[in-house]
Amino acid sequence: MKNYEQKHAVLSVNQLSCWQSSQFQLKNISLNISESCCVGIIGPNGSGKTTLLKAVTGFIPSKSGRIYYCNSPIESYNKQNLSKEIAIVLQSTELDQSINVEDYILLGRNPYRKRWQFWESEQDIQAAEAAMRFTQIESLRFRQINALSGGEKQLVRIARALAQDPKLFLLDEPTNHLDISHQLQILTLLNRLKREKKMSIMIVLHDLNLASEFCDEMILMRNGKIVIMGTPKEVLTCQNIESVYHTQVVEGKNPVSKKPYVFLVSE
Amino acid sequence: MNQKAIKWGITFSILLIILFSVSLIALSMGTMNISMDQLIWILFNQIDSTEYTILMEIRLPRILVGIAVGGALSLAGVILQAVFRNPLVEPYTLGISGGAALGVSISIVFSLNQLYAMSLPFFGMIGAGCVILSIYSLNAFGVIHNMQRLLLIGVMISFISNSLFMLIISLSKSEQMHIIMFWTMGSLEEPNRVLVYTLLIVSLLGCMITSIYSVDLNILSLGEEDAFHLGLHVERVRNILLIMASILTGFSVSISGIIGFVGLVVPHFVRLFFGSDHRTVIIASYITGGIFLILCDLLARTIISPMELPVGIVTGLVGGLIFIYALVKK
Repeated sequence: MKNYEQKHAVLSVNQLSCWQSSQFQLKNISLNISESCCVGIIGPNGSGKTTLLKAVTGFIPSKSGRIYYCNSPIESYNKQNLSKEIAIVLQSTELDQSINVEDYILLGRNPYRKRWQFWESEQDIQAAEAAMRFTQIESLRFRQINALSGGEKQLVRIARALAQDPKLFLLDEPTNHLDISHQLQILTLLNRLKREKKMSIMIVLHDLNLASEFCDEMILMRNGKIVIMGTPKEVLTCQNIESVYHTQVVEGKNPVSKKPYVFLVSE
Repeated sequence: MNQKAIKWGITFSILLIILFSVSLIALSMGTMNISMDQLIWILFNQIDSTEYTILMEIRLPRILVGIAVGGALSLAGVILQAVFRNPLVEPYTLGISGGAALGVSISIVFSLNQLYAMSLPFFGMIGAGCVILSIYSLNAFGVIHNMQRLLLIGVMISFISNSLFMLIISLSKSEQMHIIMFWTMGSLEEPNRVLVYTLLIVSLLGCMITSIYSVDLNILSLGEEDAFHLGLHVERVRNILLIMASILTGFSVSISGIIGFVGLVVPHFVRLFFGSDHRTVIIASYITGGIFLILCDLLARTIISPMELPVGIVTGLVGGLIFIYALVKK
């Protein structure tokens, strides 16, 4: 049974540790992510969620442990090929350039650029169009990105990552600063990616209930370590939440989806 | 054919035509005005006339230096603004001009400039080279962790070399001071033909190499992390481009002195009209920089003719006013 799982793991991380100036950022992280599975990462600020995403892409070098992508060690991929497989939407990216949406999304095709290629190929333009169609931002195509609203900007960022045509999609708090309709729009979009494109998704979220609603599996982190990994039902228990966040909560259920729901209790 | 490529080709040709016409105008105007039809007549039929000598020996080299220096400084500006993601950076920010000025002033104070014709540019090159080397060795030994620090160190080196430059000026004799000050204000006059052609070749090569990296510059202006995740070898591309910018600036400064403003304003001006895709910005900045400098030089040598203004004064005055106007109008 375990072997079977291993075979289908898109990403498997084995005893990964990262530290900087003798302070652990990640400690003995092991996890498997299978095809078309959405994994939500939750935990308090500074618990290493973003670091974990960036360690997976190699931006933050790991000090010990291995990362395997599709059963081969991640170092065996060259940089350009890896960025065809793994795309990330960072939290910090500011969209302040004065270029239009289409050109911005076309930058996501960089991994497919050949050595002396100066102009985008027909294929690149089609991929950008497909990404815009999927995220339903075709109407923004010729707008300047610095003039977009927060929700539109987030969709544009996601579309750029989709233009990379990745199999593993990492997102760092994509719903931050967005109203509930945009939050729902983005998470529904991710659900479609998972179902229609068989993408595996790793997503950092602060909203426990959104995570519970949309993720197949959840990882709860604290101080660079995984506290527990499992289904939302296993992770979102009063005991786990209280021990990690030091906050009192009450467990419940979403009346429609029957997924676990966490209520905050004020003192 | 890609639509963008067609647009790029049209922009490129229009700018080239403007550059060519501006060069013709600059050839014909001066202390001695030559009309257009006369100009063509002289160029093709009167090879042994005085006019021909003036055109080919005095005005044409100035135009070539104008294209080379204007292009090189604008290009360096484009590169640095994209790499540092800071619109206020210009070719002189990293202290390259300060180093060149220091080298030139030392050579003048010790009367080394009378040794042979190329000694001023030579010492300017050494000064600029010292600054570039010191910044890169700091970078290579891992003292500089990020781009902002590199920028800060460049600014500090610029201040230090400026202070040393001032020190040398205050200690020098008055006629030496005059030479130094005049060099500092910049001029496109360069009597040595070999230097003119070397500068032009370096500058054109710089333009071609930078053009190859224009898509990488687009990616780089997204920021280091995004560029990394799009499969770009950030460190490598950045180093190549920074060295490119340093060489371009070093060559220009040591031959034509410190001509301010071109490297800061031309890239902004170009982006205002052509957008911020570096494939267009690089080539357009290069040609526009050339056009701008030729026009400023034309003004500098005709406005109080037969006297001549330092071109650095004109670039600052005219460029600043035009830029504010364009900014307000947009």
